[in-house]
Amino acid sequence: MVNRLSGSPLFKRLASSAAVSKSTRNAVLATVATGGLAAWYVNLYGNPIKAVTLAEHGLHPGEYPWSHKGWLDTFDHQSLRRGFQVYREVCAACHSLNLVAWRTLVGVTHTSDEVRAMAEEAEYDNEPNDEGEIEKRPGKLSDYIPAPYANEQAARAANSGALPPDLSLIVKARHGACDYIFSLLTGYPDDPPAGATVASGLNYNPYFPGGGIAMGRVLFDGLVEYEDGTPATTSQMAKDVTTFLNWAAEPEHDVRKKTGLKVLIITGSLWALSLWVKRFKWTPVKTRRIVYKPPKL
Amino acid sequence: MAISSVIYNTIFRRNSIFVGTVLAGAFAFEIAFDSTVDKYWDARNIGKQWKDIKYKYVEKDEE
Repeated sequence: MVNRLSGSPLFKRLASSAAVSKSTRNAVLATVATGGLAAWYVNLYGNPIKAVTLAEHGLHPGEYPWSHKGWLDTFDHQSLRRGFQVYREVCAACHSLNLVAWRTLVGVTHTSDEVRAMAEEAEYDNEPNDEGEIEKRPGKLSDYIPAPYANEQAARAANSGALPPDLSLIVKARHGACDYIFSLLTGYPDDPPAGATVASGLNYNPYFPGGGIAMGRVLFDGLVEYEDGTPATTSQMAKDVTTFLNWAAEPEHDVRKKTGLKVLIITGSLWALSLWVKRFKWTPVKTRRIVYKPPKL
Repeated sequence: MAISSVIYNTIFRRNSIFVGTVLAGAFAFEIAFDSTVDKYWDARNIGKQWKDIKYKYVEKDEE
């Protein structure tokens, strides 16, 4: 090896300081060292061993054609309205929606009168009265949607230790977003597949990491009755409530996309204009020809 | 009188009129641009936005 190396032309050139400059030799050595270190690093960290099976990662959800999926598509507000109904009649038994105030529904899913009526059905703490006692008052538009449990401990106690997560930002907080929520809600098999072990008190759902989820299947055909006559199938309810939860997580969605369209049109036009101005200004420079006329001797 | 001198004499000659034209033009452009984009937007998303389904629920309240 040493003989072969020392016999190679590169080594000979490197060895004789007369034939190759010091800086060239340093550059070659630095390149070899860098390449070697990089190869060593990739070998060490490039392919980590995963101690998690695919089942423990959870099944990846399929891609669904959401009505608000495209760059220029708003939410389907009729679907949002149905989704809120599903949340209110089904999910709200266990899941809070702490970041959504009643007022935000006005002009999105309901009229202000409808939202006022719903808010008044809930009770909220009033200001202290003259004796310093807190009395209850009916809700107002500015109140937030009431949570089913007073605090986390109460929620865990009522659900055998499992905490139903707050749904305000759940679509943003989960990989796969809408696709995941929809798959989870509709993905409960009648029986767990052969070989799957589910701890007691848990339900099998392949989309949930680990497969065992404390929440059981809640959506069944005909569970709610939609006021607009839409058949309340399991997948229809899951689609509506997922769309609604996406609105809860991104209430700015519709305005954001419309503003984005306007911004792209304006900046795109200005970009094209700037290209034209640049070419216009540079034309005389780019097309000129410099001719050398040698002086006559 | 050539068109360029007409423009020069009516707009560019006095700085106050020039600045005023710029401001007025900005207003006019924004109104026209926004209404055009909004019209396209509403046509593209027809039936999906709240204003498209509002009538169903507002009328119900008046009964």
